[in-house]
Amino acid sequence: MIHDFVHRYPHLLEVVYDFTVWFVSLFKRWLKPGGVRERFFVWFEKITKGPMFHCHTCGQCVLHSTGMMCPMECPKNLRDGPCGGVRTNGHCEVKPEMRCVWVRAWENAQRMPTYGHELLMILPPHNWALTDTSSWINMMTGIDQENPKGWLPNHDPLTLKPYFYRAKEASE
Amino acid sequence: MSEKPIFRTESRLERVLRNGRFAVTSELNPPDSADPEDVYRAAIVLSQVCDGINAVDASGANVHMSSVGICALLTRAGYEPVYQVAARDRNRIAIQGDLLGAAAMGVRNVLFITGDDVSNGDQPQAKRVFDMDSIQMLRMARIMRDEGMFLSGRKITKPPRLFIGAAANPFVPPYEWRPLRLAKKIAAGAEFVQTQYCFDVPRFETYMQRVRDMGLHEKIFILVGVGPLRSARGAEFMRSKVPGVVIPDAIVDRLKKTPKKKQKDEGKKIAIEIIQQVKEIEGVAGVHVMAYRQEELVAEIIEEAGLLPRPYRKGVTPAPIPTHARQEVVGSQ
Repeated sequence: MIHDFVHRYPHLLEVVYDFTVWFVSLFKRWLKPGGVRERFFVWFEKITKGPMFHCHTCGQCVLHSTGMMCPMECPKNLRDGPCGGVRTNGHCEVKPEMRCVWVRAWENAQRMPTYGHELLMILPPHNWALTDTSSWINMMTGIDQENPKGWLPNHDPLTLKPYFYRAKEASE
Repeated sequence: MSEKPIFRTESRLERVLRNGRFAVTSELNPPDSADPEDVYRAAIVLSQVCDGINAVDASGANVHMSSVGICALLTRAGYEPVYQVAARDRNRIAIQGDLLGAAAMGVRNVLFITGDDVSNGDQPQAKRVFDMDSIQMLRMARIMRDEGMFLSGRKITKPPRLFIGAAANPFVPPYEWRPLRLAKKIAAGAEFVQTQYCFDVPRFETYMQRVRDMGLHEKIFILVGVGPLRSARGAEFMRSKVPGVVIPDAIVDRLKKTPKKKQKDEGKKIAIEIIQQVKEIEGVAGVHVMAYRQEELVAEIIEEAGLLPRPYRKGVTPAPIPTHARQEVVGSQ
């Protein structure tokens, strides 16, 4: 319900995201991993991001780079886009009653002027060790930005940003 | 690609593609047995007509002989396997280890796919792994090969020299994203791509138009997936049960109008027509011919589409070693 409602306004979610980053940074000195404080933040994220994004508390939030759709909602936990099994009606291969997370992510991203094109970025492999930790704490301490040492990012497709926002009109 | 090509691996498939020849690959349907001869029987037919044989990784999430096992058998006999890795079954530790193992066995091509979901296969109770997605696996393999290190940053003393491939499905939504997703795969490290079954040529043409607009066809070799339909019923089954396969009504109707006995021939004819159509599209580097457990039919299609003989086959001996290899093992017991 709430999930469907908030995703009608992906451009506003961008503003909410920016606000959250600013707001959370106010509490930076209290944001330390472990202990009761982390459990409080995990709980707080669950009651806010849970209904809004079906948050799975993966601890490495990438919502703004995935068209404000939680990639952990995808049954295959993909982070970089849709698999080849999407049904022609845009529904999921695994759960036929659910619309594909990435079809929705694409629609959202087209309406997100600030972060939409980040859908073109290659996201690093997910750090499964962060499951059930607070993504806000991980964001402030920079833990979620720590890639494996042997991971060299390549954001080459970002040069195709102009094609990204033109994709819709070109197809019509 | 008009100048002298630079080869990054010893792959024969890479040689065919970088020399600008129209490539043909096919896939070997893995047996439900531990008998190497089952693999060789299928491979001997395919090896004559194609430049690379895909060893499928538990297709449709059903258990079969493992792809790395098939690859090892094929390299022993001098064939050119393409080692398929699905994200579904293994985590990053297993994948990296298997890449080294496969390369040590003489495998020179690898293809990363997400893989059909476990709920689709014969053991839906299994745990889904999906530790990494296909794009992350591509990037990891490329770093392993070019930088000589594992994901952990640890050094690899002899990096695996693998020609790296990916899969693409231009025929399912979100259609506008698909060409951009190909760009992402190229940036991640893919050097060739095989598509899902192509039955909708106009859709594929639109896709290729976008690919060319972005200049992607110059950065990657695109092999179009083609396959025969056995009958109208088979077509109905495929488009309703096999994830990601799209068959337009026009093709199903055409089969339905054909008398039952001739439907198989008609299916073959359609496949050959599609090969001839996609061959003319700018940016298409080859075809990937698939037919479930019908290797002879694949050979017929490739021959009748006029794609024989295959280039660079000097020193390729399709003589199978299986029998005496097996006898040795039996004899030593």
